[in-house]
Amino acid sequence: MSAAAEFLKGNEALALGALKTGLNAYFAYPITPSSEIPETLATEFGKPEWPDFKVFLQAASELEAINMVMGAAATGAKVMTATSGPGFSLKQEGLSFASSMELPMLIVDVNRAGPGLGNLGPEQTDYFQATRGGGHGGYPNIVLAPSSVPEMASLPSLGFSLAFRYRNPVIILADAFLGQLKEDLVFPEVPTERFDVSWATTGARGAERHILSSLHLDYGEQNRFHEHLEAKAEEIARLEQRAETYRTEDAEVVLIAYGICGRLCRRAVGMLREKGIRAGLVRPITVSPFPRKELGTLVERGVRNFMVVELNMGQMVEDVRLAIGGRARIELVHRTGGLLPSYLDIVQRAEEISR
Amino acid sequence: MIAAEGHYEDKLGHLATLTSTPTHYCAGCEHGTLTRLIASALDELDLREKTVLVDSVGCSVFAHDYLNVDAIQAPHGRAPAVMAGIKRMRPDLTVFAVQGDGDAVSIGLLELVYAAVRGEPITIFLVNNAIYGMTGGQMAPTTPVGMVTTTTPRGREAALAGPPLDASKLIASLDGPAYVKRVLLPVTPTPSPEVFNARGALEGARAVRNAFRVQQMGGFAFVEFVSTCSINWKMSILESKRYATDVLAKIFPPGLFKDRFGVEQR
Repeated sequence: MSAAAEFLKGNEALALGALKTGLNAYFAYPITPSSEIPETLATEFGKPEWPDFKVFLQAASELEAINMVMGAAATGAKVMTATSGPGFSLKQEGLSFASSMELPMLIVDVNRAGPGLGNLGPEQTDYFQATRGGGHGGYPNIVLAPSSVPEMASLPSLGFSLAFRYRNPVIILADAFLGQLKEDLVFPEVPTERFDVSWATTGARGAERHILSSLHLDYGEQNRFHEHLEAKAEEIARLEQRAETYRTEDAEVVLIAYGICGRLCRRAVGMLREKGIRAGLVRPITVSPFPRKELGTLVERGVRNFMVVELNMGQMVEDVRLAIGGRARIELVHRTGGLLPSYLDIVQRAEEISR
Repeated sequence: MIAAEGHYEDKLGHLATLTSTPTHYCAGCEHGTLTRLIASALDELDLREKTVLVDSVGCSVFAHDYLNVDAIQAPHGRAPAVMAGIKRMRPDLTVFAVQGDGDAVSIGLLELVYAAVRGEPITIFLVNNAIYGMTGGQMAPTTPVGMVTTTTPRGREAALAGPPLDASKLIASLDGPAYVKRVLLPVTPTPSPEVFNARGALEGARAVRNAFRVQQMGGFAFVEFVSTCSINWKMSILESKRYATDVLAKIFPPGLFKDRFGVEQR
């Protein structure tokens, strides 16, 4: 029997998607609007269809949860946790240490409105915190941005692949809208990948012991470690940029949007085309590494009008500027506070700049 | 007086769990003693190759340089959470940490308490020397009222900072732990000014071994070692040993707080 479509929330789809990719351990701390992720996993825990799912544990704090993730990751396990806004801030200590010890893990941030407690609506205001590395010390993050419920289900597989390939934390940057949105989806068939975990700390057992340490007291050694991280970041940027392009072949105005805004813009492109405006869309799937190559190609082809649509005050605009380097005009349509821009906002502004 | 010449291995014997790296611990510090007690217990129980050490932050941050086992670094105070992550995923491993009082009882109190509440089968050794050693002698959660530190230049005031926190009593008050013990680790004075009693090290050796055995039996084990820090206490080594006996042991009396599996009787 072919897989039947299921009607699920984004958070539920993400949890099940992680299980289908062979999740070993999940450490939970509840926070709205991401709590359906641990709730779904708690329900699934112990079912015979998930033999790899060994640990579900609710922690006493966000800090405890991320440090449990670190411990499980050190054994070479596929381990995940999810949070939102205020909790994502608390995860940064762990992300700094995990990056320094090069531990693969999957961290989900269902972006809510902020700063502070903000509210429970969708924003993309954690963009800098996620893409720049929100903890201390300077380190690269790999950040994936789903745009639909099916993608919430499929990105954990890519996330674990990248996390283990590069021995680096991977962040899935969703938002409150995607977490709560219900859609039909058919889960893709995902082979359970096995990764090289020969570095794990699981007892020496007759071989050389392993030490995972973030301490480099020798200045030269610390400098070499930064150079190593930088080389890794460059390799990731070279090989792992991912974006979906839609009708960009002949586009004169190109919208750039990720997550929920990517969906809005896809529809807006159609509306603009009906008005005779040759619009297209670049939807980053990796916001870090940012898909600079795709934008660079469009500029070289002669596109001079870009329009970023995002749920913050223009954080991704900085990455677009870096990619485009002053060779084209960049406009911004944005909303914050839990609001989304309307199709009308996007279409009108695109019409204006394409005149 | 103990002669300083010769390698310690010539006097004390070789341990597979102990590396030959000279420790950075100050003269007279009990961290060195504890390191050997741990190595000795892991050798005796044949656990070295099935053990993961979780480094804490403080003077014990270099523990992996001296203990020849797999190791991972925890952020300040978070060792019990990292240990729980390892142990939940791999119950076959022996997981332990050496934490200081600042690490375990101040910044990491939540992680310690909840690991104890859940009764995680892990082993935590707390070195309580009543001060932040590595950062240069600031007030710790366990600093006695009146002790002068760099952040209490007029002595710790109970009205301002509260009294010192008794970690063993706190942990033993929970239902989760299986084994909670406090040992006065430093040598203690005797009526003769030339002679000191090393009973603490013998009791410590037993407690370390028991704490690992309790983990093997599936229980949470916590051993607090009342220790000295002569450098940051601004005392001679001998004065610091007397202070530990005369002052600290009164505030933190040694004893068996909990032994659910009866390992002390076996």
